[in-house]
Amino acid sequence: MMPQTALFTTLLVASLAFFCWSVYRRFSLVCFGQPEERLDHPGRRLQEMLLYAFGQLRVVKKPFGLNHFVIFWSFLILAIANGEFLLNGVFPSASLAVLPQGLHHALLLLFDLVSLLTLIAIALSFGRRLIVKPPYLDSLYVKGRSPEAFVILSFIALLMLAYFGMHGAQIAQGKEAASAAMPVSSFVGSFLSPYPGLLGTVEVVSWWLHALVLLAFICFLPHSKHMHILTAIPNCYLGSLDWPATQPREKFEKGAEYGAGSVERFTWKDLFDSFSCTECGRCQAACPAASTGKALNPRQIVHAIKTNLLENSLALREGRKGTLPLIGNEGEGTNTEEAIWDCTTCGACMEACPVLIEQMPKIVKMRRHLVQDESRFPEELLNLFENMEQRSNPWGIAPSERSKWVSTLEVKPFVAGETEYLLYVGCAGSFDSRAKQVTVALASVLNAAGVSYGILGKEEKCCGDSLRRLGNEYVFEKMALENVELFREKGVTKVITLCPHCLTTLKNDYRQYGLELEVLHQSQLIAELLASGRIKLDGSEKSLGKITYHDPCYLGRHNGVFDAPRGVIQAATGSAPQEMERNGRNSFCCGAGGGRMWMEEFTGERVNHARVAEALEGSPDTICVACPYCMTMIEDGLKDKGAGQVRVKDVVEVVAEGLLHRKA
Amino acid sequence: MLVVVCVKQVPDTTQVQIDPVTNTLIREGVPFIVNPYDTHAVEEGLRFKDRFGFNVVAISMGPPNAEATLRKALALGVDRAVLLSDRVFGGADTLATSKVLAAAIEKLGEEEEVGVVICGKQTIDGDTAQVGPGIATRLKLAQLTLVDRVDELEPAAKKIKVSRKLEGRHEHVEAPLPVLLTVVRELNRPRYPTVAMRLDSADAKVELWDNSVLGLDVNTIGLKGSPTWVSRIFSPERAKGEMLGDGARDPDGAAQLLIDKMMEKDLLAL
Repeated sequence: MMPQTALFTTLLVASLAFFCWSVYRRFSLVCFGQPEERLDHPGRRLQEMLLYAFGQLRVVKKPFGLNHFVIFWSFLILAIANGEFLLNGVFPSASLAVLPQGLHHALLLLFDLVSLLTLIAIALSFGRRLIVKPPYLDSLYVKGRSPEAFVILSFIALLMLAYFGMHGAQIAQGKEAASAAMPVSSFVGSFLSPYPGLLGTVEVVSWWLHALVLLAFICFLPHSKHMHILTAIPNCYLGSLDWPATQPREKFEKGAEYGAGSVERFTWKDLFDSFSCTECGRCQAACPAASTGKALNPRQIVHAIKTNLLENSLALREGRKGTLPLIGNEGEGTNTEEAIWDCTTCGACMEACPVLIEQMPKIVKMRRHLVQDESRFPEELLNLFENMEQRSNPWGIAPSERSKWVSTLEVKPFVAGETEYLLYVGCAGSFDSRAKQVTVALASVLNAAGVSYGILGKEEKCCGDSLRRLGNEYVFEKMALENVELFREKGVTKVITLCPHCLTTLKNDYRQYGLELEVLHQSQLIAELLASGRIKLDGSEKSLGKITYHDPCYLGRHNGVFDAPRGVIQAATGSAPQEMERNGRNSFCCGAGGGRMWMEEFTGERVNHARVAEALEGSPDTICVACPYCMTMIEDGLKDKGAGQVRVKDVVEVVAEGLLHRKA
Repeated sequence: MLVVVCVKQVPDTTQVQIDPVTNTLIREGVPFIVNPYDTHAVEEGLRFKDRFGFNVVAISMGPPNAEATLRKALALGVDRAVLLSDRVFGGADTLATSKVLAAAIEKLGEEEEVGVVICGKQTIDGDTAQVGPGIATRLKLAQLTLVDRVDELEPAAKKIKVSRKLEGRHEHVEAPLPVLLTVVRELNRPRYPTVAMRLDSADAKVELWDNSVLGLDVNTIGLKGSPTWVSRIFSPERAKGEMLGDGARDPDGAAQLLIDKMMEKDLLAL
């Protein structure tokens, strides 16, 4: 064995051993998490993995993501070259030259070009981090980690330079038979050939540089955010197949703990998520709380879970509870209560994450712990919790007033067999004076279309949405069970909801209690009625002027309803509503989701102000919504901004006016 | 030292309507709640427990289903709950009620010295605010009503200093223990039960005391011992409004009409 081979073999074995040990230590920590089923439906999971990991679908949504796409695929292709390099270092006779010559030369050409592309991509990355500096790359704790990114970028750059140095020197010495297949290396070689005395040294130095950087990279990888090279692909495979607009049920029994009050209370997938985060900051840029100066930063939530797990690893391995609290005063590895309560559960973070990390459910788990184990929550919520439990509505209004909106309208009670749909009005539609107008509009549209529907009237109860998102699962479960029983008793199978929060709760949450309902948001039903010709609009409704549509998070992102409300507006007014910069899947929350409707907003800019400002950029005459919470937030925002002349209308009100207009 | 908190189960009065024929409350389908002022009384008792380690007992006089109210107190952390329930206690006015409650407190005092009795300012169904003072009178305790802050409690020196919330002013007073407090909402912010406490309270024991335990003369309690009778109950009638003027066609005229009317009623002066 050559001394060079012996030295390299020793270093390689040591590096691989260190790498395996590091990876094992990290992955074994994931096993401290709670069980969760994430291996079902392998076919669908494979598809997700191909799409999001190998297709980089989310990565390329931002223009600069293309750069990552190049690096990712180069990395995969060069893995073959690097494999050959390592093998060749140990067994000097091992080479890809054993392949058929055509294939071998094709590979060499590919390696050569891809290495050049990578070098360019790395230069662009340096430029982005040093010159452009997008604000979302920084956050309180993650900022300190920037050097890590530079180390990795330098490693990759050095690898590429060493690759060209090594092959250029070989070509210049006439050692490379396939030089024709390596244009970039040949180009480098042409620069080296005037110095024949140096060629041997350049070759050896480049070879060792390549070897040492590669081994250093292997050792560094599991201890850096570049761990994602190992975890991102499996994380896409393990992602939630159902969009997590809902939370898992909890088992209420004596002696149990609820939610996540310490890091090992998260599921293994939550912990795996934390090792998959690349700290790219896209969740942070999309988050309504983070972008309005609140304490919450979804990236930091995930980062804190990882740090906490690592800090507490010794204790966990010894079977003790960790000493660094998961929830507490500000500090790396700990989440503040303020941050936990800032979340609107809008899901923008999850929509933005390129590797399908689920940030929002982790926040709800911590809320569950705070509410149910500690009884700690913002003061304003005490009233909400009591009102929900006692009067089954957030305002604490007497349930006997639930059907007051009916007044002189013709609305029947729901009777199975006689009425097709249950119109589930919901609390806002029953008690909020502005939302009641929307309910009346909806009833008049349904009546005009001759839809067979009925209501539960005073028997209707709150769906419990806010409670679930706020982590008060115990009371939510009580209300859910009551509702499920009521729906079964009444024989309800098809439901129309006024509010997207009722929609998601009845459709996605109650399924966990064995109740499968066909639930339609009013905008979906109206779109169906238009399609089937049961209501006719002639596009002549012009009184609302220029309309901008705001996607409610729980209708759009969480339930995938984007086209129905837009189509309905178009049918009534003759033109598609104008869009805000952030719309559809990337819509920006009004600030009321996740129970934030019932809480004060003390820090930073108000979320609804930010959204209204965005809407006003298009100088609309009317902002159209499809959710009573959005209605309140946008109306309030407009008043605060002194833009009271802009009206806010629910989609169904546009239809109602369209119908009136058509008749006249 | 023992803290006794008196609680009452009341109908959710926002949901109570009056039967126009019989002039009685329609209680059917109306949920019962813990009298809101009493939740603050329970909280203050629990704060004494947290600070001084006192035992806290919640007592309530009412029908058997009033147990739910006591269970809520148990879920919040009171040590013991006693339901005073007997047919002969039924139909009681404030005098008879305070007799039964006072007797129960006396009985509890035989086991451990009672330091503080806490009641809500009043109940939202009767609105008399007489039961707390009635108990104090019967037990010959100092009574501090309308307490909105406890400034000091010195168990060793057996004294308490509180602030009383009166109309337009606060009164700072001191009294020796044992004492009876009636409390207002401003006193504290009630705690919210944890799930563990809710589950534990579900099978905690609520003691049931009937008159065989208290041994009171049946002529002094319940309906027989109540000198007050409710002869009639009704909602005040409110005259319906009328539409004047035509704001849509003649807004100026309608505004003038409004101003005239307001001046006529002395609501507006020029």
